[in-house]
Amino acid sequence: MKSRRDFIKISTAGAGAAALGLSPLKWGGLENLNAANDIQAVSDEDMTPYPTYCEVCFWKCAGWTYVDKKGEIRKIIGNKEDPHCNGRLCPRGTGGVGMYNDEDRLKTPLIRRFKENGDAYFEKVSWDEALDYTAKKLKVIADEHGPECVALFNHGSGGKFFGNFLKAFGSPNITAPSFAQCRGPRETAWIATFGEAVGSPEPLDIRDTECLVLIGSHIGENMHNGQVQEMSAAIDRGATIITVDPRLSTAASKSKYWLPIKPATDLALLMAWIHVAIYEDIYNKEYVEQYAYGFDELKEHVKNMTPEWAYGITTIKPDIIRKTAREMANAAPAVIIHPGRHVTWYGDDTQRIRAVAILNALFGSWGNRGGFYMKESFHLPKMKIPPYPKPTKSWRDAFPGQFNLASLALSSGICDATIPTADRSCSFKAWIVSGTNLPLTLPNMKNTEEAMNHLDFMVVIDTMPMEVTSYADVVLPECTYLERYDLIRTSPHREPYIALRMPAVEPKYDSKPAWWIAKKLADKMGLGDYFPYDNITDLLDWQLKKVGSSLEEMQRIGIKKFDRENGGLYFQKGEDIEFNTPTGKIELFSNEIAAEGFDAMPVYTAHPEPPEGFYRLIYGRAPMHTFSRTANNHNLWDLKKENSVWINPKVADLWDLKKDQLIWLKNQDGVVSSFPIKVRVTERIRWDSVYMVHGFGHSNKKLSRAHGHGSNDSELITKVMVDPIMGGTGMRGNFVTFLTEKQEMEAES
Amino acid sequence: MRYAMAIDTKKCVGCGDCVVACQTENNVPHGYCRDWIVENVAGSYPNVEIELRSERCNHCDNSPCVRCCPTGASHIIEGGIVKVTHNECIGCGACIQSCPYDARYSHPEGYVDKCTFCDHRLAKGQSTACVEVCPTSCLYFGDLEDPNSDVSKALKNRAWKVLAPEAGTKPQLYFLT
Repeated sequence: MKSRRDFIKISTAGAGAAALGLSPLKWGGLENLNAANDIQAVSDEDMTPYPTYCEVCFWKCAGWTYVDKKGEIRKIIGNKEDPHCNGRLCPRGTGGVGMYNDEDRLKTPLIRRFKENGDAYFEKVSWDEALDYTAKKLKVIADEHGPECVALFNHGSGGKFFGNFLKAFGSPNITAPSFAQCRGPRETAWIATFGEAVGSPEPLDIRDTECLVLIGSHIGENMHNGQVQEMSAAIDRGATIITVDPRLSTAASKSKYWLPIKPATDLALLMAWIHVAIYEDIYNKEYVEQYAYGFDELKEHVKNMTPEWAYGITTIKPDIIRKTAREMANAAPAVIIHPGRHVTWYGDDTQRIRAVAILNALFGSWGNRGGFYMKESFHLPKMKIPPYPKPTKSWRDAFPGQFNLASLALSSGICDATIPTADRSCSFKAWIVSGTNLPLTLPNMKNTEEAMNHLDFMVVIDTMPMEVTSYADVVLPECTYLERYDLIRTSPHREPYIALRMPAVEPKYDSKPAWWIAKKLADKMGLGDYFPYDNITDLLDWQLKKVGSSLEEMQRIGIKKFDRENGGLYFQKGEDIEFNTPTGKIELFSNEIAAEGFDAMPVYTAHPEPPEGFYRLIYGRAPMHTFSRTANNHNLWDLKKENSVWINPKVADLWDLKKDQLIWLKNQDGVVSSFPIKVRVTERIRWDSVYMVHGFGHSNKKLSRAHGHGSNDSELITKVMVDPIMGGTGMRGNFVTFLTEKQEMEAES
Repeated sequence: MRYAMAIDTKKCVGCGDCVVACQTENNVPHGYCRDWIVENVAGSYPNVEIELRSERCNHCDNSPCVRCCPTGASHIIEGGIVKVTHNECIGCGACIQSCPYDARYSHPEGYVDKCTFCDHRLAKGQSTACVEVCPTSCLYFGDLEDPNSDVSKALKNRAWKVLAPEAGTKPQLYFLT
């Protein structure tokens, strides 16, 4: 039987999509035939800059979109006043123009229909029809199962509007993969230790640090702009960088110490560092005595966790462990043991990041110059809206007694709870998916597909046809960030700032901004009071005027700084601090975690090793791409068209693999990659692991550039090591082997 | 005046921002570039080193591309910048062959194109697009004859190398090592 959610291409019944197949780009142009040598460049004075903040990743750097006299976007330049970027966007921000120009963009609303033979296709419809249909479907589900059976998955600015819609509709199930698939364990660990989450951007005082310790964090390959900039300045200043990574990452290559650790053993190294700090008496005694709780227990706990003990586990020599611990102590408190960002690795991630937090506490870096600064964000007033209806159930009901320390909803949990089981009353019936390509974002692609197959209804809002759009019942084309207003950016930094995003051009095709889509849908469902403005500009101007600015002013300056209101950037010497933990102290020993039935202090446990002939699959980022969303962006595709699998030369010799040879990867569960991937033979990777950049191997043929280029790690990640504390999905426990011929692959399958 | 650029290989992360910024600033067509990234890996695990370099035209003092150009389209302007006058270029490609740095490409519209050190920006007191965008600030540009220029200061206290010195082209990109 055909699944009603067979993976179908985004193709309209009419000819609309095909007609736009030819590139509408206007690079060069006939005028150049008569040109002298500089005519290609348009001078800044001949263009109009419009303020924006970037949406290509979550860093949200403020910038200016330059539009020429013909109304074409020519370039995007960073805003010099913005501390996120200091006038320098990263390649993705600079290449954001490729998102606007992408001829493969979603162009009109689409509704899934079925031919007589049962084949699905997408019909091009009007916005009214698409939203009426969506409203009707959501209403039926709410009537039959309750509004709580509808979940929102979101990433990016549009999610705020759909979140407001969903709460007005009566569901609390709003989730972003950025928690359970990314930084969730870090936030849970930090809340347990310091009483607050790290947040984004991370309040790392790299600018003034003497020692930066990176554990698997590959700054420079992850292009978290402000951190890349401050790390570069730290290199200039001669600050010590210590990088722990089984791969010679870019950051590792710039470090004074590279610790080429055996994968999955980081926690043992961290515990040994804690041991050295305590037993060599080089921790910050004054700080620990004043602020920390549970030091004696910790001291006893790590007594036998010596560098010699860790050596056998991590392969890092004891003298290096001691030497690096002393480097940190010498720099303290101007030392940062980086909390990481994508930390869902082995399922004991909350405990590993707890060890990171404890180490920072021992060196007194939290709240001190060169460690972590006390961030501050600006608060804008909110327009009055009616109270939200009170939901009677939530995603937590699907996991009774579990994941109590998850501070946000679990995307993977909602996905799992969409697949009905006999013992669960609440299965999700509808998903609203805004700006996140779930099949490539959640681990275990087959599981995600199964969940989507069980849905009664799914609406996807995106700018591009992605894998997830192919499963939708309704596809709503959002315009890109360069064509729309969004809420004011208020993310925290050393000083509170606000930044404006405004359209530089009209939306292309029949695409619309998220605020408009959510508001119209709310109107159609009788929830219009929750969006108490006709146009988002009314809301923005009202908010800005309340704080002494205006939309007009922000359109001119783009970004505005305010004074701090909550004390200094750092703790004062001896300052009395009440931390937001049960003891009011920094908790080295966590009663809260112990009360949930877990170790109050981190304990190293061994993780499974790759079987004979298999290699641990490690994945990461490339600086010119964000997740899987930029693979088709022509400017960024020019820089990197596909990923490759990094293989140590010894391993390549063993398998007789050559540079650029196309191979397929097969994982421990027999899953074979859909597309082949090129071999990169390199000394930068250990012999027990392979590495690939995440976000390639797109299967949607409507992505004319990205389709079939490289391989998709998400389909090879079928083993998920769930963090029992907060539900994070550990994804580094998968092992792959190599298939050199398709026949071999087919014969085995 | 002698324009030159220094590239700090210790800071460059090879992100390619210089490439995209050049593309959008100078309307370089997709699939082509005026600047690019080179990654060299040396040694064997775990004693491995990487050198990352943002490369472009070396604006050589002794430029083979200018000498071999049959129409005079390739020429040198004030400050030593090597340029191509597009409407005088017949696209013969001799310059592409003569360049030891592979810094030139055939533009789809039939002429040869390359880095201009963004001279249209220099004229307005701005720096090049790549220098101004680089997130690591690893590119230093300016007048070598001015001791206070960014490039002069960068070269003063650091070891550096040029590429293919044996070609005798007197290149003006300096790689800080």
